[in-house]
Amino acid sequence: MNSAHDLGGQMDFGPVQPEPDEPVFHGEWEKRVLAINVAAGAMGAWTIDEIRHARESLPPAQYLSASYYEIWLAALDKVLARHGFVSGEELERGEALIPRKEPKRVLKGEEVPAVLRRGFPYERGAQGPARFAVGDRVRTVVMHPQHHTRLPRYARGKSGTVERIVGHHVFPDTGAHGAPEQAQWLYTVVFPGPELWGRDADPASSVSIEAWESYLEPA
Amino acid sequence: MSGHHHDHDHHDNHFTPIEARVKALETLLVAKGYVDPAALDAIVETYENKIGPRNGARVVAKAWTDPAFAERLKADGTAAMGELGYGGRGGEHLVAVFNTPEQHNLVVCTLCSCYPWPVLGLPPVWYKSPAYRSKAVIDPRGTLADFGVELPEAQSIRVWDSTAETRFLVVPMRPAGTEGWSEEQLAAIVTRDCMIGTGLPSADDIPVAA
Repeated sequence: MNSAHDLGGQMDFGPVQPEPDEPVFHGEWEKRVLAINVAAGAMGAWTIDEIRHARESLPPAQYLSASYYEIWLAALDKVLARHGFVSGEELERGEALIPRKEPKRVLKGEEVPAVLRRGFPYERGAQGPARFAVGDRVRTVVMHPQHHTRLPRYARGKSGTVERIVGHHVFPDTGAHGAPEQAQWLYTVVFPGPELWGRDADPASSVSIEAWESYLEPA
Repeated sequence: MSGHHHDHDHHDNHFTPIEARVKALETLLVAKGYVDPAALDAIVETYENKIGPRNGARVVAKAWTDPAFAERLKADGTAAMGELGYGGRGGEHLVAVFNTPEQHNLVVCTLCSCYPWPVLGLPPVWYKSPAYRSKAVIDPRGTLADFGVELPEAQSIRVWDSTAETRFLVVPMRPAGTEGWSEEQLAAIVTRDCMIGTGLPSADDIPVAA
């Protein structure tokens, strides 16, 4: 979806402002949001792309003015309620009011190191060969879906070159919306700066995206 | 918390609205048995104290001193970083990109905040900010200028937009003046920003041990 999160190439946000000696967290509540996000995600009820979509579909003004942990918190509230784990009233009052819904799993403290070390790999076995080869010229599709996608607006309808076949990876566009998991070949596709940004672009710059096969057509 | 404590209410009133919301959410999820408080503490402890840019710096320093490792790192970042014990959540598929005199590398996630957690820890606020996410792809040289970094004009810039679960670690060029340094000394000058591409390592960053 073409929402506020799709920021590549937008202007007027001012200079990047690095914070000297930035701490890992800017308050106790940020630590708890991070931890709740990881632990609640481990219940296995939603995919990473479902919660990404919950973040990016916040109202644009809220998305752009909130801190990142505030965005995470707002998205957590949404997916927890969507999957029936909590109600809006429970969230407001901070107490249990509706029956517990049994999650697939609950991450236990002693499991944390192993679960984090293993992670959640996204590569899946392929049914067929990759359509494109390294060095192939490709063009990204033009699309403006209402749903989640990982093809940024600035890279739609652009010609580039396949630089690497990454693997056969879980497809986010459908995985964000409760569909059974699908996977597609994933490629690193590189575009010259001027192809993306026109005549004022730095000719010595290039940008790559990771593009699933259905984002690409032969050029 | 004991209700009769004289400053109980006073203390509670110190919660900002966001602190109160987070506390309510955590209390609710623990009460309903969805999250284990011990797991929450272990997750915080991991990202506050165990996983951070020192991991990535060790990868870079090893690549600088061990050509065979550097080759393995180029060929398969996930496997090579895994040799050092790094990988997993937020970095299941790791790629190391090497700066050269011809090309500098810069990593961004324009769509959210994808970042190589196992080797760099959690991203800094600026990495997640609209300013960085919007500018890095359209004006990489201007973005570097915001960090006080100026590259030779002849050095091209390659920007890596992290649109999938692939996570990128920049391996900067080993700076002059570090000949003979140990892996440990080298790791000390590899900053987080060097490994995102918004910084450059310098031999002046630490005094050489006598």
